[in-house]
Amino acid sequence: MRRDVFQAISDPTRRAIITLIALQAMTPNALAEHFHTSRQAVSKHIKILVECEVVKEEKVGREIYYKLEVDKMKAIDQWMEQFRKIWETKFSQLDDILLTIKNKRNEK
Amino acid sequence: MRNNLLFDFVVNKENNTINVKREFDATLDLVWEAWTNPEILDQWWAPKPWKTNTVSMDFSEGGTWLYYMQGPEGDRHYCKNDYKTIDIPKSFSGLDAFCDGNGITNEDFPRTLWKNTFSENDGITMVHIVARYSSLEDLEKIIALGFKEGFTMALGNLDDYLESLKK
Repeated sequence: MRRDVFQAISDPTRRAIITLIALQAMTPNALAEHFHTSRQAVSKHIKILVECEVVKEEKVGREIYYKLEVDKMKAIDQWMEQFRKIWETKFSQLDDILLTIKNKRNEK
Repeated sequence: MRNNLLFDFVVNKENNTINVKREFDATLDLVWEAWTNPEILDQWWAPKPWKTNTVSMDFSEGGTWLYYMQGPEGDRHYCKNDYKTIDIPKSFSGLDAFCDGNGITNEDFPRTLWKNTFSENDGITMVHIVARYSSLEDLEKIIALGFKEGFTMALGNLDDYLESLKK
């Protein structure tokens, strides 16, 4: 299965994991505590996030910590931004037109 | 007022859909008109500096809106929407495509199956767009097309594009 940045954020649990470790790096146990699902399920999500290169592992002593790969998250934002911008522009143009039409109607 | 209008934009790569929600400061009849009347569509459908020009419009189930986008260099790219379901004034859906001047679909490019739903609340109309692609590759292509102001890239004018980067 292909792993890309969008797969990282397409699942709500993964989005939640990203939000948690954005604040600080966390161990798998600490992360699992935040979710009602099994540790295995959370581990699966973490694995996908690591494969997407959105999260990376860091060993501190004997513990493994997961931290956010900030650059990859920025790449996602950039992609979404470009596409979203096109729609934003179109809608903004539509806002102007609707205002013009409404004003014309009020003049009658 | 504009700052309070909802604009939600979510890309879901697991089911290959894009979900857009946007509120407009106008009653539903006006917003519906703006999305279905080619005279008004021509004014906003393409993001500036692009311009939409309708060739023909048949807003009915099975009907087609054929138009071209004209770029700032004068280059024209034809597109069409084949309408599938129309439920006035609540929703309509269709399948869009890149095509030639006669509306013949260009099979090289992905087609989007989309549905627009309209609802009004206290003078504010919300449009909910769900756009669906047949594969992850198609969705990525569409995003990439937008990302690169893509009509230029998409239609093989790579040389022109690279040339413009040198300026």
